[in-house]
Amino acid sequence: MAQSNNSIQKVLTVAFALCIVCSVIVSTAAVALRPLQQLNQELDRKTNILNVANLYERGMDVEAAFREITPRVVNMETGEYSDQHDPETFDGFEARRDPAASRTLSGERDPAGLSRVENYATVYLVGDPDAPEQIILPIRGQGLWGLMRGFLSVEGDGNTIVGITYFEHSETPGLGAEVNNPRWQAQWEGKQVFDEEGDLVPAIRVAKGSGSGKHEVDGLSGATLTANGVNNMLQFWLSPEGFGEYLAKFRSGVDQDDAQGADVEPEVEGA
Amino acid sequence: MADASTKSVLTAPIFKNNPIALQVLGICSALAVTTSMSVSLVMTLAVIFVTAFSNLFVSLIRNHIPSSIRIIVQMTIIASLVIVVDQVLKAYAYEMSKQLSVFVGLIITNCIVMGRAEGFAMQNGPKMSFIDGIGNGIGYGFILMTVGFFRELFGSGSVFGFTVFETVQNGGWYVPNGLLLLPPSAFFIIGLIIWVLRSMNPEQIEENEFKMKHNTEPKEAV
Repeated sequence: MAQSNNSIQKVLTVAFALCIVCSVIVSTAAVALRPLQQLNQELDRKTNILNVANLYERGMDVEAAFREITPRVVNMETGEYSDQHDPETFDGFEARRDPAASRTLSGERDPAGLSRVENYATVYLVGDPDAPEQIILPIRGQGLWGLMRGFLSVEGDGNTIVGITYFEHSETPGLGAEVNNPRWQAQWEGKQVFDEEGDLVPAIRVAKGSGSGKHEVDGLSGATLTANGVNNMLQFWLSPEGFGEYLAKFRSGVDQDDAQGADVEPEVEGA
Repeated sequence: MADASTKSVLTAPIFKNNPIALQVLGICSALAVTTSMSVSLVMTLAVIFVTAFSNLFVSLIRNHIPSSIRIIVQMTIIASLVIVVDQVLKAYAYEMSKQLSVFVGLIITNCIVMGRAEGFAMQNGPKMSFIDGIGNGIGYGFILMTVGFFRELFGSGSVFGFTVFETVQNGGWYVPNGLLLLPPSAFFIIGLIIWVLRSMNPEQIEENEFKMKHNTEPKEAV
């Protein structure tokens, strides 16, 4: 038997049979578990969104809470909502690689180190989509070790911050990874993105050491480079290159005024 | 090996013949996944599953594996099992799988799994091989959990995510040791564990490969 084991025929038979059996097992596992995995990813994304909006509690029904939230796709250049993309399926992060739906950035225009950025992004509106209580924006940028992806939530005035959270980063545990420390995140609440001068340059930043005033939050000790990353990505995403134009509409109060007589308007939304 | 009892096959790898501490295998993942105990536990379970079943399957077909392709056959079996584990984790323990990220996939390259398949399962029956796989998985897990305990306790002030020492970041008194959250600290802890284990079982101490000769005696000039 030992001899016949090494015959070419036996080698090929064993290799072939093994490949078939293993591939059947692997593909069965992958296909059978795919729906559950996608559900998990979806749930994770929704949890993160609820989390940044301060609406998340451990053990809550995420799906039910998410019904209060409307995703919309925003054209970042004009700041208008776009009907070209389905907000349920559109993924701005994936679109950044699509040459037709993205643009390159370099030098001064690319503080967050993104090099390519999509033209459309999905924002999430809490409450009435025409006069949202909160606007949740996806942000990302280079940290110290790699790309940091997260959400920033601002109130309906387009200026007051509700919260910030990162769902994907590779910062140093105990130092840069403290961006996800709830105590640090809690400081963001109530800070103002823009100053009174009314220009489109975001004033919010992470200070070195302890922050003061309504545009600064405390720095993270031992994590200056991560804090720089956070600053850079806020500079980019809140500027007119990012969501600046979009947020400006809320700040000028146009939407607020509309909302006063807008009890009928949600019907247009459904159409 | 044939007369080894079930019990000794199961328990020997934990202290006497620990895959990490004595055979010094599988160190890489022990450095990467031991920042917290819950992650270490999931990794341990994954490795126990993979070593046990890869040993079982390799042992079942050991008489049919041509020796010329035996390594790749073992690899294929191990890789398939690891993918299954990875998929299951993604479906049922998504949070965990996010934290373990690439290290579940890297179980494939864990020398313990390969070492047991080649070193034990190729010569022994399926039942013994299965038990040997579990034993080695537990041995690996024992080190992982110990390292994880110290790293999480002194690095983040908690055990299994429950706060033991209130850290300064959260308004407590404990200044966490940042080094323990970084991979090199696991080297120190594993080193200390090896020291303790070898002090308890002196027979584990290897003989020096090279012996220093005494200085030559100075001779009086004739």
